[in-house]
Amino acid sequence: MLEALGLTIAHRLHEVTVQLRSGRVTAIVGPNGAGKSTLLAALAGLIQPTSGAVTLTSHPLTQLPPQERARRIGYLPQSGEVAWNLAVRTLVGLGRLPHRTDAAENYAAVADAIATMQLEPLADRALSTLSGGERARALLARVLATRPQWILADEPLAALDLAHQQALIRRLRDLAQEGRGVVLVVHDLALAMNHADHVLVLDRGRLIAQGPPQDALSENVIAKVWNLNASWLGQPGHKALAL
Amino acid sequence: MTRNPTAILLAALALAFPLSLFAGQVWIDPFGPPVPNATAILMELRLPRALLALILGSGLGAAGAAMQGYLRNPLADPGLFGIAPAAALGAVLSFYTGYESQALTLPLFALVGAAGAMTLLALIAGRSGGIALFTLAGMMIASLAGALTSLAISLSPNPFALSEIVTWLMGALADRGWHEVRLAAPLTLLGLFALWRAAPALDALALGEAAARSLGVDPARLLGLMVVAIGLIVGSGVAVAGMIGFVGLMVPHFVRPFTDQRPSATLLPSALAGALLLLVADCLCRILPLQGGELRLGIALSLAGAPFFLRLLLKLRRELA
Repeated sequence: MLEALGLTIAHRLHEVTVQLRSGRVTAIVGPNGAGKSTLLAALAGLIQPTSGAVTLTSHPLTQLPPQERARRIGYLPQSGEVAWNLAVRTLVGLGRLPHRTDAAENYAAVADAIATMQLEPLADRALSTLSGGERARALLARVLATRPQWILADEPLAALDLAHQQALIRRLRDLAQEGRGVVLVVHDLALAMNHADHVLVLDRGRLIAQGPPQDALSENVIAKVWNLNASWLGQPGHKALAL
Repeated sequence: MTRNPTAILLAALALAFPLSLFAGQVWIDPFGPPVPNATAILMELRLPRALLALILGSGLGAAGAAMQGYLRNPLADPGLFGIAPAAALGAVLSFYTGYESQALTLPLFALVGAAGAMTLLALIAGRSGGIALFTLAGMMIASLAGALTSLAISLSPNPFALSEIVTWLMGALADRGWHEVRLAAPLTLLGLFALWRAAPALDALALGEAAARSLGVDPARLLGLMVVAIGLIVGSGVAVAGMIGFVGLMVPHFVRPFTDQRPSATLLPSALAGALLLLVADCLCRILPLQGGELRLGIALSLAGAPFFLRLLLKLRRELA
């Protein structure tokens, strides 16, 4: 369980308390400036809280050695920048940095991550030759290579077209089914409604709603947070938002 | 394209090192007639000089590769931290005080200058570990040290000191001996060791600062390692040879295409290529027929380096366009 208890970060988050369970996909949604990325980075242990705490199985993250924390929580920032024109396999290999394991185990973990993201045909290609969707998969494979219990990704679907979004969210769902905790910042409310098990709605640094998507993303919440009169159409799992 | 340039560079060094010993104003042909004082020339002049080229070149090459990794910028150079100009200022002050005749004073002054710059850097940017702040602090120190050096030159007590200062600032390996080898070797080795410790963190940094921290990198520790490493390598280099630029900028570009591009993978090849570059460049300086003595190594490398830098800029501009 990854928990935030009264988490406050000056000017960005205010008294956020959430309990995230592994084995499911949690989506963090909210308007621009709501504090989604801040919450995700704080859950990854990358931001020192002003008050409150983030705990992993009841241990405060700040007390975990950085390498230990890195082995348990994988984090994919929004920027997706990579400074050098690495080959896919080299990039994915960076995910092994927190581990002090032998070459064979590292190789297996990298091969696994590449297979999970269906990147085998691209493994030796340089990043500059990949399309946006391939690059997003390669970046996520880097996180998987660490074999973390938790996967925290900041808008991993943002730059992708619909088909690639669907493919990637299915991969992430599979990972959650295997027992990992998956936490995503997403902008697309329909994506959160149809694919997340649990949704956190943030607005101006405060937690407005949390729960199963149909509750947390009710039309009332959308009206209150986004100032939009919207209604959900369609069947569960295939809902669309009509404005 | 080979994936491992290390073996080729080692072979080239093994070939170039003995050859460099034979070249100079007095050519020594191991199979020819005996040259008077050949042993003295080899042991007291050429061997320490060649060793210094290897030490300084390897240090500067690896430092350049590490700086480019640390700043995630292929145009970065060890000089960006302002440590070289600060070391030069220290050395110039030793001329100014007229103590340079004592063999130890000049390098000591230079090392004090380098240490001063390192302390200042740590004080300004240390706690946050932010890379942008750090680079700006380095540039500020570089321009301050440059201004103070100019001041020291303009207030020079006599024309002789002035010419000494100006000549010395144009780095060279001429007339260096075992004394300089003993000073530079341990400091450079320590610096290389610090870079080796920093290497995995430099790889993680390729993904950006946030991702690097999520992979367990401690930015403050990395910054400390970088300051110590660059300070030791550049400080000891300036202390024994004056200002030698462009090695750290150029060398990583030669070797990077032959590696998998991770900063850690470029460290060792850059060290070897830097050693080779300095060895060959110093050799060429020695044998070029030039009126009024030999070409200064610092000038030669700047003459070669500036066009290289320009070409690099144009190439990057094309890639960005």
